Amino acid sequence: MDLVELDFFTTREKLATREISCKELFETYLQRIDKGAHLNAFISVFPENGRKRADEIDRKLASGKAGKLAGMILGVKDLISVRDELTTCGSKILSNFVSPYDATVIRKLNAEDVIIIGKMNMDEFAMGSSNENSFFGAVKNPLDVDRVPGGSSGGSAAAVAGNLCMAALGSDTGGSIRQPASFCGVVGLKPTYGRISRFGLVAYASSLDQIGPVTKSVADTALLLEVMSGGDKLDSTSAHVAVQKFTAALGQDVKGLKIGLPKEYFSEGLDKQVADAVSLSADILKSAGAEIIEVSLPHTEYAIATYYILATAEASSNLARYDGARYGYRVPDVVDLEDMYVRSRTEGFGAEVQRRIMLGTYVLSAGYYEAYYRKAQKVRTLIKHDFERAFQTVDCLLTPTAPTTAFKIGEKVDDPLTMYLSDVYTVSVNLAGLPGISVPFAQDRAGLPIGVQLIGKAFDEETIIRVADFLERNADSNS
Amino acid sequence: MKYEPVIGLEVHIQLLTESKIFCSCSTKFGAEQNTHVCPICLGLPGVLPVLNEKVIEYAIKLALATNSRINKRSIFARKNYFYPDLPKGYQISQFEEPFCEFGRILIKVDGEKSREISLTRIHLEEDAGKSVHAESFVSKDETLVDVNRCGTPLLEIVSEPDFRTPKEAAAYLTRLRQIVRYLGVCDGNMEEGSMRCDANISVRPQGQEKLGVKTELKNMNSISSVEKALDFEIDRQISVLSEGGSISQETLLWDANRNVAEPMRSKEYSDDYRYFPEPDLVPVEVDEEWVDRVSQSMPELPLAKKQRFVQEFALPEYDAQVLSEDRAIADYFETAAQKVADKKAVSNMVMGEVLRVIKEQQIRVEDLKITPEYLSEIINMIDEGAISRNIAKKVFNRVAETGTAPRVVVEQEGLLQISDTSALEATLDQVLQENPNEVQAFLNGKEKVVGFLMGQVMRATSGKANPKSVNALLRKKLSDLKS
Repeated sequence: MDLVELDFFTTREKLATREISCKELFETYLQRIDKGAHLNAFISVFPENGRKRADEIDRKLASGKAGKLAGMILGVKDLISVRDELTTCGSKILSNFVSPYDATVIRKLNAEDVIIIGKMNMDEFAMGSSNENSFFGAVKNPLDVDRVPGGSSGGSAAAVAGNLCMAALGSDTGGSIRQPASFCGVVGLKPTYGRISRFGLVAYASSLDQIGPVTKSVADTALLLEVMSGGDKLDSTSAHVAVQKFTAALGQDVKGLKIGLPKEYFSEGLDKQVADAVSLSADILKSAGAEIIEVSLPHTEYAIATYYILATAEASSNLARYDGARYGYRVPDVVDLEDMYVRSRTEGFGAEVQRRIMLGTYVLSAGYYEAYYRKAQKVRTLIKHDFERAFQTVDCLLTPTAPTTAFKIGEKVDDPLTMYLSDVYTVSVNLAGLPGISVPFAQDRAGLPIGVQLIGKAFDEETIIRVADFLERNADSNS
Repeated sequence: MKYEPVIGLEVHIQLLTESKIFCSCSTKFGAEQNTHVCPICLGLPGVLPVLNEKVIEYAIKLALATNSRINKRSIFARKNYFYPDLPKGYQISQFEEPFCEFGRILIKVDGEKSREISLTRIHLEEDAGKSVHAESFVSKDETLVDVNRCGTPLLEIVSEPDFRTPKEAAAYLTRLRQIVRYLGVCDGNMEEGSMRCDANISVRPQGQEKLGVKTELKNMNSISSVEKALDFEIDRQISVLSEGGSISQETLLWDANRNVAEPMRSKEYSDDYRYFPEPDLVPVEVDEEWVDRVSQSMPELPLAKKQRFVQEFALPEYDAQVLSEDRAIADYFETAAQKVADKKAVSNMVMGEVLRVIKEQQIRVEDLKITPEYLSEIINMIDEGAISRNIAKKVFNRVAETGTAPRVVVEQEGLLQISDTSALEATLDQVLQENPNEVQAFLNGKEKVVGFLMGQVMRATSGKANPKSVNALLRKKLSDLKS
């Protein structure tokens, strides 16, 4: 087996015994990035800094003083700040922006000796479900280059699936980690809101955004989550709750677990092959001793509308700072202040971002606030209550991650509403602030991966990691 | 027709916390441009605000001092507008669910009864930066931005439209400034902008209940400017209305040099701020325990202090009023009065001499070279008869100039009063010898000459003789001569 196909969990044995070095590993990945350039997964690559880090960590490994993630070759979605590197958010308006500070997650990961190899392409400001909305061009699905990798963390999922890095960080506001993970056949986890500090994550919709891992295995996800989790005094919305040892949930059985199937998630618009894959996973869990229970989440049909009101409202405000005044793109030959604002933002933002800023500005406007924003907040509470009710009877939920497998590049680009429906099974999880994981389970007839999603109680990533790990171990034979 | 003005005030005060409201940068005034900044107050991509708890403590103080109802839970909101000195494109403020509501402030205009003004709300927010145009290093066609002030904590105090005259507005501002200075939460400096006031004003025919169309006045940087601007705007509105015109709702900027208020260019403000709850911050929760803790650290407020001075020190109302106006003066008085029996004597010295020195030297109470301890020493020396009242003034001035201890000044300059009759006797005898005509006049029944002879003795002792002792001795000697 090729070295780059191994997950970190396996590779670290070889690093620890010095069978391979970080340096070799890093060089191998650099070559893979060269070979995979056509995927357009990276916005920037750090060969020099990475080599220095690899040498440093090799020395640490030799002296037995290396951190928990020593030698993990990690890619970072380009909206997480890495000190002294570009943080473009896939946008022209930040195409020249170098961040002067490290995000809290980057500080934590560096302390455990990861090697950051580069920053990943993405939908501009994390707005999109296909990674076609990037100023740096579309990302291609490594399993079929005519297809999208999903979005908005498309670069992260494509790079991990295409073996251009060992693992990656993504961010998930309405499904942006889980949907691309499903499309590319990798594991993607959105943690409970507040589980991981958002300090250094460029905001799209602050009350929904979470950073999460995109990995080759559930084990790597558990490892990364252990390191990244925890309250942060720089993020008031981060939760100061105990961080479990998520790796302890690996290799367990599922006997006695109560797993819910929300009936609203198996309706119109769901691809038959995806539905079959979820049923099959339910059967496997059942035969392993889990109890499968049908549950109802009655407000599911309002989730997409609620999401697009709240997320765009927050985005319209979060993106106000990109105005050409202090940093980022400013048009030349400015006439006056308004001219600078209008033209810098018109030229600096892509079509989808402008669409969402307009939508968000509208729903917050005087006279519309009650009808849209306030009502959406109320529906959000109802959606949260749906889950709380369901979790009175079950330990976690099993659902499709996305209604289809990866679609063709260009297929939905002119139809935003259809595109928005790609997130129909993932957005509720963000609205309710719950953890969700997508794990590859099957393939469709074209050989494209199908992921299934597990949704857990707040701060109970342990259970969904346990079930996802079980499904991963029992997925090999399904196609 | 007679018109009645209706005025409401919105006051912003900058809090005297060491660091900014949402980051740890310094709030110090007057630093070099853009040096008190960090990624958070610069609003760089990816940063988050974290609330400085000291701000809440200060807000609780003001809430208690104004009898406001503190909300157990209040939330931050974003006020969205574009301006170059607003790095995030929104100001973090409070909108629905403010920090506290329903406060009251007692005001008094000279010659009128005290009146209570109602406060709608007091809420927390961050200050914006400054656009710099008028400096030598800024060329004509550019505007530079100084972000130092960005994120300085502010409290906004919104009054009900309870004022009927500009004088009442001025009295309110004076009282509010006194309160915030007493609490130590703001230095109340309107010239430097640490306290700012916007006014909403309309007029209506006397007796009419319905409010007229209001305008907003901005850019007044002193209490007297507020009063003048209101006077100006009342006159303007009345003359427009009496000529059959109508008032349009707009914002006017006061020009203190020309004494006129003129409409702001419409591009400089926006009407729809699209407020919504700030998702990056959690609600502010203030429990009773916190309020209790702060209330225990509350200083005595001006009115209470005034009453106590009257009761405890038996001072006249007027003295108590003057002394309690400024907390530092009041503290100075109390420290000095502690070791002195005659409190009124201390009050006289503070109101007369201490306030004069502060004015002459243009210094703060804290910078006085004559400490309250020195002042009580001087007064006690008068009491003991060690120095006379006249000498005391001389000693006071010397101490105020040099900071030397009063006893040292008295010693160095040989100003100790001579009360010892044996020490005075020789001088007295000499004076009597040198003025035989006056002595004769006394013996002939002219009592008045005693004063002249006293003066001679005082002169001969350079004022150091204790007048009482001199007087007694002199009368004794003269009556001895009589018999």
